[in-house]
Amino acid sequence: MAQVPLIELKNVSFQYDYTQVLSNISLKVEQGDFLALLGPNGSGKSTMLKLILGLMKPTSGQIELFGQPANTFKKRELIGYVSQKSNSFNSGFPATVKEVVASGLTKKIGLFKRHLADQNEKVMQALRDVGMDGFANRNIGELSGGQQQRVFIARALVAEPKLLILDEPTVGIDHENVQSFYDMLANLNEHHKMTMILVTHDVDTVSNRISHVACLNQTIHFHGFKNDYDSLSDDQLNAWYGHAVRKIHHTKEEKTQ
Amino acid sequence: MISSILHYEFLQNAFLSGIIIGIIAPLLGVFIVVRRLSLIADALSHVTLAGIAGSLYLSQTFTGLALLNPLYLGIVASVSGSVLIERLRRLYKHYEELAIPIIMSGGIGISAIFISLAKGFSTDLFSYLFGSVSAVSRQDLFIVVVIALLVIAFIYLFYKELFVLSFDDEYAKASGLPAKWIHLLFMIVTALVIAASMRIVGILLVSSLMTLPVAASIRIAKGFKQAILYAIIFGETAVIAGLVSAFYLDLAPGGTIVVISILILLVVIVGKKIAMSVRA
Repeated sequence: MAQVPLIELKNVSFQYDYTQVLSNISLKVEQGDFLALLGPNGSGKSTMLKLILGLMKPTSGQIELFGQPANTFKKRELIGYVSQKSNSFNSGFPATVKEVVASGLTKKIGLFKRHLADQNEKVMQALRDVGMDGFANRNIGELSGGQQQRVFIARALVAEPKLLILDEPTVGIDHENVQSFYDMLANLNEHHKMTMILVTHDVDTVSNRISHVACLNQTIHFHGFKNDYDSLSDDQLNAWYGHAVRKIHHTKEEKTQ
Repeated sequence: MISSILHYEFLQNAFLSGIIIGIIAPLLGVFIVVRRLSLIADALSHVTLAGIAGSLYLSQTFTGLALLNPLYLGIVASVSGSVLIERLRRLYKHYEELAIPIIMSGGIGISAIFISLAKGFSTDLFSYLFGSVSAVSRQDLFIVVVIALLVIAFIYLFYKELFVLSFDDEYAKASGLPAKWIHLLFMIVTALVIAASMRIVGILLVSSLMTLPVAASIRIAKGFKQAILYAIIFGETAVIAGLVSAFYLDLAPGGTIVVISILILLVVIVGKKIAMSVRA
């Protein structure tokens, strides 16, 4: 039997006030995919993620998560989420790295229960996975942007999700750290068989680590293997996006030189 | 002092209530401060005043209600205010802070009407505004104990959810937590703590006991649990020292508790600066 796609969007549209943000999106994400979701600012990328995460409801169409309709899907702990660094977190918050990562287990532990028996081990393992175990007892506000973002990945990993959704996770992180950040994601995808959806503008940096590409500008213009995306012409992309875009030009060989 | 406490029931009531409030106000205050809701606590305390003033007026006007404890209507007003604030915050999604002046001025406005209907200030009202060492009754103490048990049970049961919600609201919702319900419960519990604390520190200064010890604690705490612990230590110190000095100097305890809280805050800020420069 074929495996159920982890995410399936069927003719999903979303309207905000009188503006059409997404129209007729159909998209499947299969287990093991490393999908880069590309598109200009305002193309509806973050909205699409918010629909998948259940933070907003589509105006029409259906969303299925792990084969179940999104509105009745209860096992949200199967989906890890990492937002833009600047988004929702107050950097003066008095919490240690360990406390932040442990908070990723909240849904898994469930209401009215305090913690898991092996919680400390799980937290430390997640921190080792992102190379931050040496910072466990530091306050989150003392870390650099790149380090904080790794901690947030650990918070998502600690509940052992099957799918990781990242919304421009490298915004505000300096260039050298971006490289090692994506290496870490590629490693999780490859060795932990974790499915990834990554919204990004770093097309060049991420190109040799992803398996699939989806181009979004209100609707999905392309969704397929990364190699097929590479063979698209610049003119084609410009027509979709309405302005000149940079395409992925680097091959793996070029990158490793 | 100790012998006076053992001797006089009113002092026992004041000190026991004070010790309990010194724990629950900063405990909840840590969540209020990190969620940037400090001003909401202030707005709620002014709504509580409306309930108190209303109750004082009613007991003056209707002899049958002469023995009604104003705290009850205070609690009703405060809890209704908390639910209203939430409604308004959702109504004005892009201007969430608008809820605060609306509720705050509403609270003061209604209070002013009741106070003038009751023909002006009485000493009773003064004690509600700035706290009192002598006005805490056994019944008040009983209410404070019940509220404290509710607050501690709430924090104990929802600690991890409250942490996630405070640290990262969007993440909490994305992980499928019942964020809306927990937030509503949180606001109601906040309203209860405000009503409970008001007898000791007074309505006008209630929010300071929820924010000043926390302001000091987050300067030096490593981690969230430590922030809670330090906030309680600072809050408790301020309440006990404030009550003792209020008793001996015949001052309103609200004033002494707040001034001591500010002194603690100053010591922590200056102390940390000195410690940092010594280390550097």
